[in-house]
Amino acid sequence: MRFFIKCLARLVSWLIITAAKLVTGAKALGHVPNVETKAKARVYFANHTSHGDFVLLWAALNPKLRSSVRPVAGADYWQSSKIRRFIIHQVFNGVLIARGSKNKSEQSEPVNPLQPMLDALSQGDSLILFPEGTRNLAEPTPDHATFSASQANNTPLLPFKAGLFHLLQQHPQVECVPVWIANINRVMPKGRSLPLPLLCTVNFGEPILYDGDEDKAAFLARAQRALLAQAPGEAQ
Amino acid sequence: MSQDMIWLFSGLAIFLSVASLIGKTLQLRSARAYRKAGQAVVDNPVLENLVARINAWWVMIGVLGIAFYFGQLGVTILFFFISFYALREFLTLVPTRNSDYPALFAAFYFALPMQYFLIGISWYSLWVIFIPVYLFLLLPILSSLGGDTARFLERTSKVQWGLMIAVYCVSAIPALLLLDIKGFEGRNLLLIAWLILVVQLSDVLQYVCGKLFGKTKIAPTLSPSKTVEGFVGGIALSMLVGAALYTMTPFQPWQAALFALLVNLLGFAGGIVMSAIKRDCGVKDWGNMIEGHGGMFDRIDSVCFAAPVFFHLVRYWWT
Repeated sequence: MRFFIKCLARLVSWLIITAAKLVTGAKALGHVPNVETKAKARVYFANHTSHGDFVLLWAALNPKLRSSVRPVAGADYWQSSKIRRFIIHQVFNGVLIARGSKNKSEQSEPVNPLQPMLDALSQGDSLILFPEGTRNLAEPTPDHATFSASQANNTPLLPFKAGLFHLLQQHPQVECVPVWIANINRVMPKGRSLPLPLLCTVNFGEPILYDGDEDKAAFLARAQRALLAQAPGEAQ
Repeated sequence: MSQDMIWLFSGLAIFLSVASLIGKTLQLRSARAYRKAGQAVVDNPVLENLVARINAWWVMIGVLGIAFYFGQLGVTILFFFISFYALREFLTLVPTRNSDYPALFAAFYFALPMQYFLIGISWYSLWVIFIPVYLFLLLPILSSLGGDTARFLERTSKVQWGLMIAVYCVSAIPALLLLDIKGFEGRNLLLIAWLILVVQLSDVLQYVCGKLFGKTKIAPTLSPSKTVEGFVGGIALSMLVGAALYTMTPFQPWQAALFALLVNLLGFAGGIVMSAIKRDCGVKDWGNMIEGHGGMFDRIDSVCFAAPVFFHLVRYWWT
């Protein structure tokens, strides 16, 4: 039975990656992580514009890295059905975290919501994280002087949540890799179910490190700048 | 595959082998020059790009060869995919808004397959107006459904333009198979091969002549790498080759020469226009699909402009 589940997970993962690459190209550009980084725990942090984001980032990674690079996802969504549980655990090896306020009231003793991520980093696994917390659905504004190529966005990034900072305080040796995912919001706009075969790129930046005595705002601002620097064209 | 086709592809293989040999020799000579001067060997970017381009040509000729081997169906399917990749590059690069989703959806999943289906069943009177008339009216209707007026004219024009250039113009090439040319029955594939060869050769020869003798920029703001010397040399040489290969066509040698000149001029203009669009969108290449060349559009921009005019002139005078 376990063998069967493993085979099924392999098959589903192959299908997901093939579909992502066929539809979007999922081209990895920039400082694409190589196999040597497998030994290091890293945090890949990316802009969040679509539910397909983490799949694309994950598909763009070297196959040898995928098993140890784990997407961070909301437990409420992924625990809600048998198929979702199978996909997030067996296929993506995801790290599930409790989101939202309703969980807080249910829990008798306060549990650090970051704990699963800290555990994963301690094990030497890497994480895929979206520090904006929620999808940025802003569209380019019509009055924009140059309504041009790269999704000119008034707010290309929402303010970062503090989680990234707290993770790095506990694990200062962990490298943070900014990853800009371009165009996926056009492949599957909100509320549409069939993807358009537009090309997406996954731009990896150079890793940044937490320097130990930065305060939260300064570090998050630096991380945000590093991520914006990976955005092609207008958003810079 | 016909005897002519085998000759043609063997000739191309020999030509490419010579090109590969020249590329390798230049690389070795450049490396030796560095060593003689006692310096570390540094890759010459122009040379590396040349070798990458030649290697990509091997692949492209291979793909064309396989398609031609399967005849009419193979060529139609090949150009369907070329259209798909070109349309995808185009619509990726030009920005649209969320409410364009229905129009984009129709472009990819309806217009593109339908155009090639109509060509596949030889329905001339419909395929020739399908995108310019019916899609021209359907796309803005679909775009208006979202109720978003921001940049409306600009957005619908972009989708329409993408379909015209990537699907309609490219599909004129497999459409050449449908022409009944007297005394040329069963040899239409050769005419396609001639068209692609002449237009692409003119691109290659313009590049070579430009690199060897290029001094005067011909369109500095639009396409800074194109030179007057490359333009004249490339087009003249390719015209001669087009005339020499007149046996692949239903034309007399002088007609073949004039047709070659026409498609080369159109191809050149196509390169300039597509380059202007790239610059307008703030990029240098349409994509990174073909190593050394850029994207699909960087390779087929000239064919897009040459094919429809060529198709209609041949249809008017020869059928």
